[in-house]
Amino acid sequence: MDAFSGLFNYWIVVVLMMMGFYIVISQQNLIKKIVGLNVFQVSVFVFYISMGKIKGGSAPILADGIEIYSNPLPHVLILTAIVVGVATTALGLALTVRIKNAYGTIEEDEIEAMENTPSNKTPEATS
Amino acid sequence: MAVTAYSLVRMHNLFAVVMLSGIYSLLAAVIYVVMDAVDVAFTEAAVGAGISTVLMLGTLALTTSMEKDAKMFSPLPLVIVTVTGALLIYATLDMPPYGDPTAPIHHHVAPHYIEKSAHEVGPPNIVTSILASYRGYDTLGETTVIFTAAAGVMALIGRSRRRKKKSDKSMPVEDS
Repeated sequence: MDAFSGLFNYWIVVVLMMMGFYIVISQQNLIKKIVGLNVFQVSVFVFYISMGKIKGGSAPILADGIEIYSNPLPHVLILTAIVVGVATTALGLALTVRIKNAYGTIEEDEIEAMENTPSNKTPEATS
Repeated sequence: MAVTAYSLVRMHNLFAVVMLSGIYSLLAAVIYVVMDAVDVAFTEAAVGAGISTVLMLGTLALTTSMEKDAKMFSPLPLVIVTVTGALLIYATLDMPPYGDPTAPIHHHVAPHYIEKSAHEVGPPNIVTSILASYRGYDTLGETTVIFTAAAGVMALIGRSRRRKKKSDKSMPVEDS
């Protein structure tokens, strides 16, 4: 059991990641899909940060009397990733707004049904 | 955190979903503080929990806040997710344990950054020196990505609003 307790953080990450993945592939609503992508993203962030942690270490800010610092490199990478993630979220939400304007719905199956019936073509959808 | 994520799967009210995702981000920020990543926690709390939630609420205002009821439960996504998750769990068996100072990640460039950054760059916060100096190109690329995303959002939403305004103006002319 002791050998496995050190891997517990990775298992949490896997569970969260799979929940995000499940939301993305099973839900029809576009906003909910974007939320699922966020869940997935955050799980990857937690993965990186948990790899950078050293037992007994402290935050990577130089100070007297501190010998062990946690690894600062993953922190930097994740700082960049958070901001980029928000940028992609914003872009996805903007696309959702446009889809709502063009199709009148944000449910994926309804949009597909609309596309597959040629007589029911919406004029804005082609713009 | 897992409980929040699970209720995200179950919820149908999109407003509650957005609020829960904000809570999820805040919990993530708390976890980052526990794992010594204070800078990341600041960013997550401000950007992830703050700006993301505002953006999503704006989208809800422009679209709809209720999800259609799920008509049927299909087992295929669940199977895919379970298989992928099991593979990932199997992969974690090769990972170094949590907090292990001998893990390979701590022995490449990180010791150099921790020892030399005070002399080579200056600020006591090592994360700042890496972000702005050693990995400055990453940050430049990040700025490019944000600019591109902002331009994309402008192109997508700004144009449609202008067109709507134009059509609003032209409507009464056609009526009269």
